[in-house]
Amino acid sequence: MRYLPKSPADREAMLRAIGLRSVDELFAPIPAEYRLSRDLNVPRQMAESEIVDYFRQRSRENGEGYTSFLGAGAYLHYRPVIIDSLISRGEFLTAYTPYQAEISQGTLQSIFEFQTMICELSGMEVANASMYDGSTAAAEAVMMAVRLTGRRSVVVARSLHPEYREVLATYATHQGMPLSVAGFGADGRVNLEEIEKSIMPETACVLIQSPNFFGTIEDVAAIAEVAHKHGAMLVVSIAEAVSLGIVEPPRQADVIAMEAQSFGVPLGFGGPYCGVIATREKYVRQMPGRLVGQTVDKQGRRGFVLTLATREQHIRREKATSNICTNQALMALMVNIFMTVYGKVGLKELARQNLAKTAYAAAQFAKHGRVLFSGAPRFNEFVVETSEDPHAINNRLLGHRVVGGLPLKKFYPELGNAALWCCTELTTRSAIDTAVGLVAESEGPGRSAREKAGLEEVAR
Amino acid sequence: MKYETPKARLQVNQNEGLIFEKSSAGKAAWKLPPLDVPEVNTSTLLGAAARKDLGNMPEVSEIEIIRHFTRLSTWNYAIDLGMYPLGSCTMKYNPRVNEAVARVEGIANGHPYQPEKISQGALHILKTLSECLIEITGMDAITLQPAAGAHGEMTGLLMVRAYHQSKGNARKKILIPDSAHGTNPATAAMVNYAVENLKSDSRGMVDIAALEAQMSDDVAALMLTNPNTLGVFEQQIHKIADILHAKGGLLYMDGANMNALVGKVRPGDFGVDVMHLNLHKTFSTPHGGGGPGSGPVAIKKILEPFVPTPVVVTKADGTLGFDYHRPQSVGRVRAFYGNFGMFVRALAYIQANGPDGLRQTTEDAVLNANYIRKGLEGTYDLPYSTPTMHEVVFSDKLQAKKGVRTMDIAKRLIDYGFHPYTTAFPLIVPGALMIEPTESESKEEMDLFIEAMKSIAEEVEENPQTVLDAPHSTRVSRLDETAAARRPVLRWKPGF
Amino acid sequence: MAYPTDRKYTKEHEWIKVTGQQAIVGITDHAQESLGDIVFVELPKIGTDLEAGKAFGTVESVKAVSDLYAPVSGAVTEVNGDLATSPEKVNKDPHGSWMLKMTMKNPADLQDLLSAAAYEQFVAEEAGH
Repeated sequence: MRYLPKSPADREAMLRAIGLRSVDELFAPIPAEYRLSRDLNVPRQMAESEIVDYFRQRSRENGEGYTSFLGAGAYLHYRPVIIDSLISRGEFLTAYTPYQAEISQGTLQSIFEFQTMICELSGMEVANASMYDGSTAAAEAVMMAVRLTGRRSVVVARSLHPEYREVLATYATHQGMPLSVAGFGADGRVNLEEIEKSIMPETACVLIQSPNFFGTIEDVAAIAEVAHKHGAMLVVSIAEAVSLGIVEPPRQADVIAMEAQSFGVPLGFGGPYCGVIATREKYVRQMPGRLVGQTVDKQGRRGFVLTLATREQHIRREKATSNICTNQALMALMVNIFMTVYGKVGLKELARQNLAKTAYAAAQFAKHGRVLFSGAPRFNEFVVETSEDPHAINNRLLGHRVVGGLPLKKFYPELGNAALWCCTELTTRSAIDTAVGLVAESEGPGRSAREKAGLEEVAR
Repeated sequence: MKYETPKARLQVNQNEGLIFEKSSAGKAAWKLPPLDVPEVNTSTLLGAAARKDLGNMPEVSEIEIIRHFTRLSTWNYAIDLGMYPLGSCTMKYNPRVNEAVARVEGIANGHPYQPEKISQGALHILKTLSECLIEITGMDAITLQPAAGAHGEMTGLLMVRAYHQSKGNARKKILIPDSAHGTNPATAAMVNYAVENLKSDSRGMVDIAALEAQMSDDVAALMLTNPNTLGVFEQQIHKIADILHAKGGLLYMDGANMNALVGKVRPGDFGVDVMHLNLHKTFSTPHGGGGPGSGPVAIKKILEPFVPTPVVVTKADGTLGFDYHRPQSVGRVRAFYGNFGMFVRALAYIQANGPDGLRQTTEDAVLNANYIRKGLEGTYDLPYSTPTMHEVVFSDKLQAKKGVRTMDIAKRLIDYGFHPYTTAFPLIVPGALMIEPTESESKEEMDLFIEAMKSIAEEVEENPQTVLDAPHSTRVSRLDETAAARRPVLRWKPGF
Repeated sequence: MAYPTDRKYTKEHEWIKVTGQQAIVGITDHAQESLGDIVFVELPKIGTDLEAGKAFGTVESVKAVSDLYAPVSGAVTEVNGDLATSPEKVNKDPHGSWMLKMTMKNPADLQDLLSAAAYEQFVAEEAGH
């Protein structure tokens, strides 16, 4: 076996040194009736070339070469090549959690820089590194608000990513945390009156997303005012990190729960991604996840260590702020490198291109279908309503190797034939024009209802 | 240093500052293509939401970024440099083909919401890995959704709770041995179960009499790590399962130490009802400085109705798809389908090994741990003489007489070119040295390690101060953790 | 360090010094010694009702957290704000660095506590185990 660095003679010598005759004796502590006396039924040992072939084949069956207009919490942005060259260095890739600070300064300093940049971008004072993803970060941020306020219930915006809402519901079930949902208005923003009505004396926090699931930018200041007036905290989820280059961060929030995937982490069919929680300094002791702090060594030289570890499970056990242990450190390094590459000016320009492409696409779609929620500002996503079922439209688009917007009926039955479209800096004008043209076909005259019904058979 | 290791010295020792200290206005490492759509006016489009300034974000060139992170990397220890014997962490070789296949276009750039008919490749990977892991664990079903081991624990206990609830009583508590990882009690609390400690017996195993006494209708499950954190296989495992099952409780296995079992024995065969795996331990996906991990949860049939949604199914036309309609599901624990990139790597690892390679891997891991045990017995105190599987736990009892504790020995090990073992865990061994070599170490590397540990033990006798002041060879010496915690500095600010 | 005789002690290593109905509470030299460098002290809000023997806060070192237990029942009237910014004072002067002041509800609670001599003996016995 090519990963094992021992010859048969080595094994013999080692067994002899231990005083054993056979490997079987090593497994004697396991009761004989449970020891497996056959081969596992898994694929036979494959050559490296066969493994590569196998995954290339899977890749060809997996949307290779399609142009996509999907966003909805997972965004295709350009990844500078130096991200992979740097994270592939064994010293980053094959290191453990930096508990032994003296031989982990590389990881530690990089996390310290990551924390700093997340604070700069989010307008918060402290940031952790990291949480599993945006959905679990949001759930953990809510539990943090519950601990901080001593209150239990939560008001959740319906315009929060539906899968984030599902994850929060799972986390909340056994914590005795009642959830109530506040709907959205004609402009796609959360309904402020509904939020105010939903806040009870025991409401710990209001959880919103901005830009929200429809790409609409929420009026964070107004929502914060309502929440704070009633003694509740405001937790803001940010699923599209690139928006921070051009959209004012939710500075009025008490806790921010981010998905930083957009910053250099591949789409990877949904993971691994990079969740982050950022908050005010005064709340740091209730924040879950790892934190790096600056300190000095015995000679007074600057160095970095994991700190405030007493919040964590390996010390506080059942009283810990969370059970999180392994996190998404390598993804945080990707995010860190991405933020460093684009920096102060690049992030703004990158975000501006996203904004421009989306403005153009929305305007083109508006000529043929109805673009919903146009009354409020949006970042790089928009909702198009068509007379035809968007699944049918998408099926036609697939024939042109285009993946259309995400049909919303499954998550929002009230939106009918609506789909969520996304443009990033990688979306070309010609791709937009092609997609608009294909959608327009269905909206034009001459297509009978029967013809449309025939196209129902599609994926999801 | 009595024994000079022939290993290469690391660390260029560059005095590399923070990236912010290199920044100056006008430098850039990025270039965007010309905009092919009309320019927009940000303040018209965004109004009050338009951002004015990005604060102290850096402005640097590409070569500076390459040098910055490359220099930082030289301050890290890594598996690629040498033995990383962290007990319970299974720091094995991370094969590079795993990284290569994870970066193939359709796998790296697949969107989680792309239509199923163009997701067959990813679905096939999910299904194949699931089948392999079910076979390896001897369980009946699996969910790949949890993002890490602790997340898997939570998912597992959510299913345990849902199962008991479906029987009319969710029950109140989880039994956890005193040798357990901290994640176990922390997880129980997240699922709103009370934690009850279970004592170990003099051999470091579950005290069967104590278990019998503590087992009641209030106990939802026992969370057992097997082999446990002493590296000891619970020889009475079936008795343990029987005691639980007799009173309707479930046996949860923390699979952190699965590297001792793969291909040799299957938890499903010895009475486990639910368990999580750590793909970043047993199945070779890289730790990456703390993550990402992946914590699939394998279960017996009785728990299958409760798995998180969605579930991969084969549809009538033979293609694969997701089933979202699972009325008894505990719900989602994460957006999308889990850490898919880790599934790709784990499957590539299984393929590279095959059944024979997986078995040999386990045998080598156990052989290595026993070789180290033999090599260091007598030099370091062995608190439990029970047979060792994949890791061995010593204590600093002999060295403590000279005022040298496990952390000091660990720090001195750095000077010999090794990563420290796990210190001060499990909690039932005061001053623990927890050593897990994994299968990835050659006889030569382990001989060097044993020699280094013996040399340190001699230093403790002859010149303990050398050990107490270690490490001596690193860019920074021991850092002031107390100051860091008393007045936390958690971010850079201009004018530091 | 000698344990002052002007106060009582708990087996959880708190001290309490009483003047009439008022009491001040801190942790002992032995407690700070075994905790090591203290980095954080978490104390209750003014007005909180404490119950004898129940936890009222925590004291943290870099790698450990210990609960603080109320020696007697009563209401918190003041907490030592100094410790929020200078937790090291507990290490330097444990018997002078009080943590909170309280109004006792039931002075009879004091009967269950240890004298300085009894506490010293208790610590010695504990170390013997």
